[in-house]
Amino acid sequence: MDGPVGRNSSRIAAFAARWAAVGVPAVFLAAFFVYPVTAILWRGLAEEGLGPMSDLFASPRTRGVVWFTVWQALASTVITLVVALPAAALVSRLRGRRRHLIRGLVTVPFVLPTVVVAGAFEGVFFRLGLDQGDLRLRHTVWAILLAHVFFNYAVVVRIVGSFWSGLDHHLEEQARVLGAGPLRTFWAVTLPRLRPAIASACAIVFLFSFTSFGVVLLLGGPRRATLETEIYRQAVTRGDIRSAAALALLQLLAVLALIAAATRLERRSPAPTGVAHRPPKPMRREFAWANLAVMTVLLGSPTAILVERSLAVGDGYGFDHYRALTERVPQLPASAATALSTSLVFATAAAAMALTVGALTAFVVVHGRLSLRRIFDLGLTLPLGTSAVTIGFGILIALDEPPLDLRTSWWIIPIAHALVGTPFVVRTMVPVLRRIDPQIREAAAVLGASPGRVRRLIDLPIAGRGMLVGAGFAFAVSLGEFGATSFLPRRPETLTAPLALFRLLSTPGELLRGQAMALAVVLMGIVALSVVAIEAARGTGQDFL
Amino acid sequence: MSWELESVSVRFGDLLAVDNASLSISEGELVVILGPSGCGKSTMLRVVAGLQQPDSGRVLIDGADAVALLPHQRSIGLMFQQHTLFPHHDVAGNVEFGLRMAGVAPAQRAQRVRDLLVLVGLGGFESRDVATLSGGEAQRVALARSLAPNPALLLLDEPFGSLDRGLRDRLTDELPQVLAEAGTTAIHVTHDHDEAFSLADRLVVMEAGRILRIGPPGEVWADPGTVPVAEFMGHHNIVTRGSRLEVIRRDAATVAADGELEGVVTASRFRGDHHDLTLDTALGELRFRVGEAARVGERVRLRIDPSRVALLNPVS
Repeated sequence: MDGPVGRNSSRIAAFAARWAAVGVPAVFLAAFFVYPVTAILWRGLAEEGLGPMSDLFASPRTRGVVWFTVWQALASTVITLVVALPAAALVSRLRGRRRHLIRGLVTVPFVLPTVVVAGAFEGVFFRLGLDQGDLRLRHTVWAILLAHVFFNYAVVVRIVGSFWSGLDHHLEEQARVLGAGPLRTFWAVTLPRLRPAIASACAIVFLFSFTSFGVVLLLGGPRRATLETEIYRQAVTRGDIRSAAALALLQLLAVLALIAAATRLERRSPAPTGVAHRPPKPMRREFAWANLAVMTVLLGSPTAILVERSLAVGDGYGFDHYRALTERVPQLPASAATALSTSLVFATAAAAMALTVGALTAFVVVHGRLSLRRIFDLGLTLPLGTSAVTIGFGILIALDEPPLDLRTSWWIIPIAHALVGTPFVVRTMVPVLRRIDPQIREAAAVLGASPGRVRRLIDLPIAGRGMLVGAGFAFAVSLGEFGATSFLPRRPETLTAPLALFRLLSTPGELLRGQAMALAVVLMGIVALSVVAIEAARGTGQDFL
Repeated sequence: MSWELESVSVRFGDLLAVDNASLSISEGELVVILGPSGCGKSTMLRVVAGLQQPDSGRVLIDGADAVALLPHQRSIGLMFQQHTLFPHHDVAGNVEFGLRMAGVAPAQRAQRVRDLLVLVGLGGFESRDVATLSGGEAQRVALARSLAPNPALLLLDEPFGSLDRGLRDRLTDELPQVLAEAGTTAIHVTHDHDEAFSLADRLVVMEAGRILRIGPPGEVWADPGTVPVAEFMGHHNIVTRGSRLEVIRRDAATVAADGELEGVVTASRFRGDHHDLTLDTALGELRFRVGEAARVGERVRLRIDPSRVALLNPVS
């Protein structure tokens, strides 16, 4: 047993560890989130009061932007739900490897960089001749909605699918025995019980569509603007920082209101049980195949056409566009290949930072003092909801003067990416830590493990997979990050792959489009690989969404 | 070593989970705490283990106040109702965990793990993944894990509660042997009086946070002392004769023509080696276990063995 001296020094160590766990995330958040957001508030409100702001909001352009932001998000949500619900049904009835495979494949679009998706749909429109004429989809609302469905399909499939498979299907069997047909049973017995999952999936899809940036910027064309792209237009294209700040403020308030509503919704509904019941009868074969057909057309064809376009050279096929990636083009400050390697380095640094901050936060959220738990939980939900554009814009206007001048620092980009990625680490780790039975920790304590050893020998190994999954997400997010990065200072050595892709895509001309497609394919490949790694590390039973 | 709870109380909000409980345990004893679920018996264990701080009262180990000792400093083994095996370790990794904490060398650990797995009847299970174990096997591994560091005191919180009847009976038979072989002092918590009777050196009956009775199981059964203890022991025949409140054991009656108690049989059930009779008598409804058959509606006379009747204290 420890002597008085030993016990004292171990107490000091425990005290230091506790403060590091609280201090590191707190400082990180304060410097790179709270301070920038406050700076937006300051620019938007303080200097000239509410006058210019109310002028801005009274202008027809702003009203049009707000209206379009809301209705396209609403439309995206409804369409996604209708299209993806049958697939959720399919996933809920699959077990084992098949379920894993389908869930994994469906998730790939969700994590694809927005610019890659925009590039893929551009490719589709050109390939199928939908870029002009009567059936023009390019630069229409339909292009935006299509891309949003493509992205968010996985959200509905994963959230509703998992919840669905946790439901006791004996109720459906009971209803069938009592004389209800299959549709009636779905409507009267299944759907009401799915409501909490559907509500939370819809809330997330709506939030993502509401804050969608790259898709709107590239696919919507120059005339369509949401709040996000309007902030970008004001700040970057027109250089009107004050109007951008006012819009960012509006965006921030809207997102906070949405998150608050979603959280209330979640609280009122029971959590999914997660209990694996005996699998229900498999789905009718035709229905399953119809489902797979929809998935293939909706999710598969854009990626397939993207690959095809990247290989098309003149009338034949070849790797010319890929070879061109290493060459400098006048439109880019560095070659696409250099941008790719820059992105990989940034993603590694961002993932490491996000993992450190996120893991410490998750420990505090689960095992910290009650008051701290609430603050940390909220403090890290906010960046997840806050749009990347707001984060990038905040960093742009806040960190350009002492005490924190990071404008010329290489670190500013990985820090912004880490901020976007940290909530993913927290979100994956918190449920894993919560699921560790307190009695397991007590058993270890009684067997002689000190609180520190319980953390190291029980929590850490059990949550280790969750940490890897979270870090993998942060890595993938950083690789594809476009919204925040597009605000940050540009220099040849900080050109990221998504930014390079955006430049290539927005330059007219056949030659650069081919190179853009090749770059998109490479970026997609890397992100898809990290998702496969995540799915492998995740094992069974753990869900981020 | 000896342990003592001195006037321990634990409060959860408005609920007094443990109410002024005192109990002492001496070395080598197997004490069983018996009570309905929610009576505070698990909380008592947690206080002994140091997982729960008492709101008042003291825990003494060998006469010294143990309040400042954290769970990992108390040399205690603990088994829960649901096995709590570490999912990221195999069977051997689980069993040796406490030995690792104590800094035992790997070679000795392996030897000890082997011995303990043999002791609990799972020889050769070292490298099995804990997820592949059946409920009974998992509980045996948990038992081996708690015994491995040679705890001075083993706390068993309904360790067989989640198992089916047959397995539970078998482990109930085996446990005292395993403990005796390991020479371990233990406190066992259960709500099952059969399990309590067959295990206990000393029985502690608890209800609503209070200790109602402490004594050897045979004595507590034969002479419960108060109505709640009698009811909890499974006694049914609690009667008032004159000014005396009595409990008549169900094995106290024999059918005899000259018996002093007359009753009408309202239910009769054949149980193989005996019959369970329910009778309507002047003392109320009584249940007895007798050797002779009787039909429903039949009027019988019973002789009551006075040595199987115990006086109850009317104030509990």
